Amino acid sequence: MIGLPHFLVVAGLLFAAGVYTVLSRRNAIGILMGVELILNAAGLNFVAFNHYTTTGIQGGLFTVFIIVLAAAEAAVALAIVLAIYQNLRDIDAHRLDSLQR
Amino acid sequence: MGVFDVVFFALTALTVLSACVVAGSRNIVYSGFALIFTFLGVAGLYVQLAADFLAAMQVLVYVGGITVVILFAVMLTRDIGQAANTNPILNRPASLLAAVGVFMMSLVLILGSDWPLRPEVSHAPMSAELGRALLGKYLLPFEVASLLLLGALIGAVIIARREVKGPEAADAAPAAGKEGGR
Repeated sequence: MIGLPHFLVVAGLLFAAGVYTVLSRRNAIGILMGVELILNAAGLNFVAFNHYTTTGIQGGLFTVFIIVLAAAEAAVALAIVLAIYQNLRDIDAHRLDSLQR
Repeated sequence: MGVFDVVFFALTALTVLSACVVAGSRNIVYSGFALIFTFLGVAGLYVQLAADFLAAMQVLVYVGGITVVILFAVMLTRDIGQAANTNPILNRPASLLAAVGVFMMSLVLILGSDWPLRPEVSHAPMSAELGRALLGKYLLPFEVASLLLLGALIGAVIIARREVKGPEAADAAPAAGKEGGR
């Protein structure tokens, strides 16, 4: 019987994959992909708890706001990455250690 | 093993394997495409959790929006012709240790906790209630979120556009390395 723990384990695996991606990537866009994985894991957790432990929809609402904020975050972060690329011709997080040209 | 369980394990396999490709691929383009399948798998899991509206949002916003924007950014910042090494990896053992540690901690918590479960789970769709809540009790967060999106998009446009050169720089040679307009 599939229950709450199964979904939490899936979300945990997604979260761990996101953590690994954020920590191991040198490409700034790769790091952003990891952040999106982490946000998805959090949203899955909220929906799973909402489905199995409450009668309301608060968890679903929280996930709505997570998705909205993730969209805003992705837009701004990718704009910053593009601006950095135009100025420095590089988006390797390992080499981006200066705020000037 | 009912149909529900089979579908759950299929979606889990899709989601987790795609996430592993995102995490491990040396090619950033493969990572981006694997991200699409990860988000589709999560949308399927939302359907299993009776969150119909959220599944639709997930597909529209994540698959239709965020991954497309990410892939655009990949195309604009790297030479796709030589994509094989666009996703270099740093500190692989330490990162793996951190990720496994985080997962083990959460596994201990998940298996060791006594969750206050509902006696019976309802599979009624949540769209109608979500709409009533967003335009009723949660109206202020809803409006703040829309303002935040507006501000974020304006900010993104301002940050990402090319710097406008003054008239005295118009006759200067085009900057080196700027290939093609956007």
